[in-house]
Amino acid sequence: MSASPEEHDRSWTVAVRNRVSGLVPPGQVLPDQQPAYVASWIYVFGVATLAALVVVVGSGVVLAMGGAAWWHTSSFGHFVNSVHLWSVELFFAAMVIHLWGKFWMAAWRGNRGLTWATGVVSFVASIGAAFTGYLVQSNFDSQWISGEAKDGINSIGIGGFFNVLNPGQMLLWHVTLLPVAVGIITVMHVVLVRRHGVVPPLDDEREEVAR
Amino acid sequence: MVWAAGRYIDWGVVSISLTNLLVIVGMIVIFVLALVIPFPREHVREHEHEDDS
Repeated sequence: MSASPEEHDRSWTVAVRNRVSGLVPPGQVLPDQQPAYVASWIYVFGVATLAALVVVVGSGVVLAMGGAAWWHTSSFGHFVNSVHLWSVELFFAAMVIHLWGKFWMAAWRGNRGLTWATGVVSFVASIGAAFTGYLVQSNFDSQWISGEAKDGINSIGIGGFFNVLNPGQMLLWHVTLLPVAVGIITVMHVVLVRRHGVVPPLDDEREEVAR
Repeated sequence: MVWAAGRYIDWGVVSISLTNLLVIVGMIVIFVLALVIPFPREHVREHEHEDDS
């Protein structure tokens, strides 16, 4: 027995397909052409941030397989730990330069407020991921940092839920919750960029009103 | 072996390590360079035309 065309159109599969395929305009998922004003180095730093994030996650996965203390006893583990650290440094440097560029472009113009907001939330979640990374080094540095951080965390009333002196809790936040949050928000951010397009320069007379 | 603490620069209530200050200055320099250095767009187009021929 087959479903009628009406029943087929009401199926959740069709609804999800239509929703996903309508997220970005046709041809804009991976465009091979961009407006002329995008030919500037300042537009490179968003993609550089994404590239660094890929290296951060990849090196983090390798570190997770070795365990929290692996990098103390293995030269390869130490190397992977350094790759993780420096890719995070590049990630934040590229993201902040991307932020500066977008701020001075007023990149929230043209109905791009949600794109700007998801970038801000992604930045904040990334800071949380980085700070918990400091806490799971399993050395005296992480012990000192957690001892200093607990007063700040307790002063804002969340110490009962987020105990920086608990390395196990911080490790799980660092390798699960925060990367998932950063990943989801980053995907939303990229989809919104593709949905609304790259913001035109402030002095571009062809600037659209709203999409 | 005891390593000396990093060099810090103090300006009123602001205290920043020389290393962090140099990183921030370096980021500002990269930002300015990204604005002024031309992007090699024409070179890419010429290369595409070569492929087309």
